[in-house]
Amino acid sequence: MSLRPDLQIIAAHVTRGSRVLDVGCGTGDLMAALRDDAGADARGLEIDRTNVADAVARGLSVIQGDADVDLAGYPDASFDYAILSQTLQTARAPHLVLDELLRIGRRAFVSFPNFAHWRVRLSLLWGGRMPVTRLLPEQWYDTPNIHHVTIDDFRAHLRARAITVEQAWFLSGDKATGSAAANFMAEHAVFLLTRNQDG
Amino acid sequence: MSLASLSDDQRFGLSRRVTLPGPLRLDGGASLSPVEVAYETYGTLDGQAVNAILVCHALTGDHHLASPHPRTGKLGWWQRMVGPGKPIDTDRFFVVCANVLGSCMGSSGPASINPATGRAWGMAFPVITIRDMVRAQALLLDHLGIARLAAVVGGSMGGMQALSWAATYPTRVAAAVVIASTARHTAQNIAFHEVGRQAVMADPNWREGDYYDGDAPTRGLAVARMAAHITYLSEAGLTEKFGRRLQARESKSFGFDADFQVESYLRHQGLTFTDRFDANSYLYITRAMDYYDLAEEHGGRLANAFAPATRFCLVSFDTDWLYPTAESRAIVQALNAAGAPASFVELSSPYGHDAFLLDSPELDRIVSGFLRA
Repeated sequence: MSLRPDLQIIAAHVTRGSRVLDVGCGTGDLMAALRDDAGADARGLEIDRTNVADAVARGLSVIQGDADVDLAGYPDASFDYAILSQTLQTARAPHLVLDELLRIGRRAFVSFPNFAHWRVRLSLLWGGRMPVTRLLPEQWYDTPNIHHVTIDDFRAHLRARAITVEQAWFLSGDKATGSAAANFMAEHAVFLLTRNQDG
Repeated sequence: MSLASLSDDQRFGLSRRVTLPGPLRLDGGASLSPVEVAYETYGTLDGQAVNAILVCHALTGDHHLASPHPRTGKLGWWQRMVGPGKPIDTDRFFVVCANVLGSCMGSSGPASINPATGRAWGMAFPVITIRDMVRAQALLLDHLGIARLAAVVGGSMGGMQALSWAATYPTRVAAAVVIASTARHTAQNIAFHEVGRQAVMADPNWREGDYYDGDAPTRGLAVARMAAHITYLSEAGLTEKFGRRLQARESKSFGFDADFQVESYLRHQGLTFTDRFDANSYLYITRAMDYYDLAEEHGGRLANAFAPATRFCLVSFDTDWLYPTAESRAIVQALNAAGAPASFVELSSPYGHDAFLLDSPELDRIVSGFLRA
């Protein structure tokens, strides 16, 4: 099974044998890859019951729950990595979810679609309509993406919260783009984060 | 003679019963000796004895898990879940189901003979707990040569036993499946049980539990069952099945016959229950459930009850108001805090608590996948 590009990046950078919590794990594609290829002890949290049933049926440890409320029960630093892929923009309080990720995981992977990608900008500028793109396929009224965020928004937020970026990847389709023009050129981004020791 | 008993080991097969010497020390301070356990096994125990699954039954259940009842001919109570190629696959697993301590289906309980007097125990039988039931099952597994379970599986009170197994014998349980269950009985749970017990005790035939030589307190037990049965269903389920429809009549009788279908149904449920269940056993087992509080047994913190060595799978049903989803969620939170690998799903069903016994392809898929992992 081929993983989504952002998940491929995450899978390639998780240290072997790590303990991993995948928040918003869907049917568990990344978890299965981490378990099978990286010997990870992978656990998942997923809001959709059918996705959870699929994941459990393939032998994964997945809990049906909501990232906005159900992360509180996990102890501090109980995972090497907490992963939030394409889920940040669906949270009611994404900043608090991010805090929880960095509390539970020693490191956090966060990936999200970039709302400042040029195609999104053009769509708004010329069409005057909320953008419907490959990564943001829903209409304005039924989108789960309730907190659209750009790469520069996210960078500013990390600075304000004194969160350290260990590494970042920017993707257009499945191709890497540079960091400097990422806010314009990248369709989506993957960040590897840690909380500063004194943060 | 059944096919399974063709196996040369008389410990394995259908409708088995063993008298274990004990003594079994009970939470209440008493001890029981000997201990009788009625049970059935399915499938084949592998050479290393590592493929055993223990299935725990609910309040009024028995050990006829996946075989027809020898007397009534009714199908096993979880025949749709257990068998060759089923989610609990007897081609792959050796499955054991034992009648719980305190019951009246063959294991030691108040209707058994008290060796000290030669008469039925009645209320002289010691009060037992869910953990005592689990301890009796552990004695049975010792007898069967099973040191460690591949899984323990149960719904409702069976789920309480599964949790208690994991908490009491963490090194003997690799995985636990807990369906429509809870880590403790709430005030509401206890309240419903107390109504049932008082109905039994208010029946003049009950005679302080000493009725085995005469008429049993069937009226009281029937009322207890009627009240309990309501808690196993959902309002939507009752409405769908009965609504306000009248029973075999065109109009209300302006009397106290069973005018409504739901009344007739409950009366039938109550009456048929008294044919198969002992009133004193009902008192003892409901008491065991009311005493059950896993956190209390572990310093008030539920997470302390669990070791990270056991994998857990919890399933709740959205219309179950007896053991609602919030109870399963509390267990999941504790498992997360304990670092135990846990899965949890809330399934949708219109049928309330009873949903765990009914056809549910999603439940099958989850149980099957979890056990194969």
